[in-house]
Amino acid sequence: MTAPTRGAPAGGVLHGVGVGRWAVVGPVARVRPAPVVPPDAPLVVDGEVVGPAGVHEAVERAFTDVAAALRAQSAATSGTVQDVLAATAQMADDAALRSQVLARVDAGEPPVGAIDGVVEMFAGMFEQAGGYLAERVTDLRSVRDRVVARAMGLPDPGVPHLEQPAVVVAHDLAPADTAALDLTKVLAIVTELGGPTGHTAIIAGQLGLPCVVRVTGATELEDGTVVAVDAAAGTVLPDPDDAVRAEFERRRVAQAALAADTAPGATADGHAVALLANIGTPADAERLAASAEGVGLFRTEVLFLERLAAPTVEEQADAYAAVLRAAGGRKVVVRTLDAGADKPLAFAAQPDEENPALGVRGYRLVRSHPELLDTQLAALARAQEVTGSTPWVMAPMIATPDEARAFAERARAAGVATVGVMVEVPAASLRARDILAEVDFVSLGTNDLAQYAMATDRLRGELADLLDPWQPAVLDLVAATARAGRGVDKPVGVCGESAADPLVALVLAGLGVTSLSMAPGALPAVRYALRRHTLDRCEQIADAALAARTAPDARAAALALVDPDTRATLAL
Amino acid sequence: MAQRTVVVASRVGLHARPAMLFTQAVAASGVPVTIARPGGAPVDASSILFVMSLGVPHGEEVTLAAEGPEAERVLDELVELLATDLDAPDAAAPGAAPQAAS
Repeated sequence: MTAPTRGAPAGGVLHGVGVGRWAVVGPVARVRPAPVVPPDAPLVVDGEVVGPAGVHEAVERAFTDVAAALRAQSAATSGTVQDVLAATAQMADDAALRSQVLARVDAGEPPVGAIDGVVEMFAGMFEQAGGYLAERVTDLRSVRDRVVARAMGLPDPGVPHLEQPAVVVAHDLAPADTAALDLTKVLAIVTELGGPTGHTAIIAGQLGLPCVVRVTGATELEDGTVVAVDAAAGTVLPDPDDAVRAEFERRRVAQAALAADTAPGATADGHAVALLANIGTPADAERLAASAEGVGLFRTEVLFLERLAAPTVEEQADAYAAVLRAAGGRKVVVRTLDAGADKPLAFAAQPDEENPALGVRGYRLVRSHPELLDTQLAALARAQEVTGSTPWVMAPMIATPDEARAFAERARAAGVATVGVMVEVPAASLRARDILAEVDFVSLGTNDLAQYAMATDRLRGELADLLDPWQPAVLDLVAATARAGRGVDKPVGVCGESAADPLVALVLAGLGVTSLSMAPGALPAVRYALRRHTLDRCEQIADAALAARTAPDARAAALALVDPDTRATLAL
Repeated sequence: MAQRTVVVASRVGLHARPAMLFTQAVAASGVPVTIARPGGAPVDASSILFVMSLGVPHGEEVTLAAEGPEAERVLDELVELLATDLDAPDAAAPGAAPQAAS
């Protein structure tokens, strides 16, 4: 891929927020932003400006070339990526799209303006239809960006086609960009924007990929530049020397050794802390590493998104049974549908909400669409009958003991025996004792708990410091919940991203959390850290963190009590 | 003018993969075909963008129309395609020649 030359950063290391622990060295492959050009910009073919007579042919050729390139990429990939690319290729090939653009050109519109106008017309129709179609607008606009770039002789925008394993560098990665990436060739992800709990970071965690977000200057790196990406340190170093490469290789080998360890999670003195995986699909369950003792969070919304009608009880039962079978008798905690105004569903539309994170989402959907929950619980009960495995079930976004009771009654009536709720609303954490009186277990969703406790949008990367899992106020809420669980001897798990940080995991174990569920890629480091510390030491670490006044102080106080070998091996 | 009315069988409605397979089949037939929702304006059935923007859900009727000597045969084939659950895993793979067009 040829790149217009841009100023490389003035040497030296770039800093950001690391996600995960892994480190890797590899060449940069940049995700290019959409071309920003005025509507009357002239077209360019082979370096020559196209005159009026050549516009038809140049426009046709741009569409044809883009469709062909997308089809070729689709053929070279598989699974979801293949389908997304094939559908996008067909949009680029659409005869109606082309003929409408050419009709506007004939009517005197400049070509780029004509392409923009027709694409926006279709985008408007898609957005009006809502739901699944509204999400396809991103694909439609990516066709626009590719065609305009091609017609202007600019490099292809969007996700690069990776010929060799590479470090993907982007301004920001939308879900559609990630879907178009051949993840088997991604060594690491580096973005200028995004936050440590955003979409990109979560996907990277699922795959065990090193990821550094909020790296200022990352997009000034040139394609092919070799960089050393260190998620533990949150750094990106261009042109690493042999010493750095050797050090990264040593860490890679050490990490591979950790990954081979699959013993149950426990402290050095044998206090068990179950290590579980977060999954979203039956396919994730089938890939479930031997290192996971089960599934601590099965996000069921994937079954529901991009659908015009809710999945039937049979379809859901099949999916849940597939997960239970793949788990092979290991524990599986199923979270009921966590959707709402921020993750809209075509069949459970909510009126526009000013604050969707505070609106009708999660369990609250039962107020308007109780049938969704009942169908889901019936499907779980059926999966339980078919497989003979007994899933645990929990509801998201519970705020009061009455909500917990109502959910437990519904679930038990449906035939699911072990019922819990998520603690992600501070109110539920403060009244955890009353909540636990209604259910068999709770699971802390630390991402949302931090978002609500700190009044900070999870998607606002620039506020990441407020969402720091080390914020003492958030630690207090976790501690209060764990204490309530110990008081009644009921399990208190954590299934937020913070469980994936080995240092936070030691604090959580010390607070009395009984299970930690995380992206599978994070399990080995957490297992290792737990094994190197006694429960007593974990409690000291937790006390030290709780006694601190600020998030950085809490982390530093915890770190000071960590065994030096653990610090070195995990680059804490 | 030949016309057919058929209920869309695909679970996701006439979207995504089903829309792709249907519009490919229309294009491969070489016959101009229109598709409309009940009471709606007919649109070019070979255009994935127009077909998707109709937003036809599972279980809703659509009306196909075409003219010419091949119209009856082509519409019969397309009706058969729409009456199939194209989202089922064993339906033709994306990019493969749709059966109804062959």
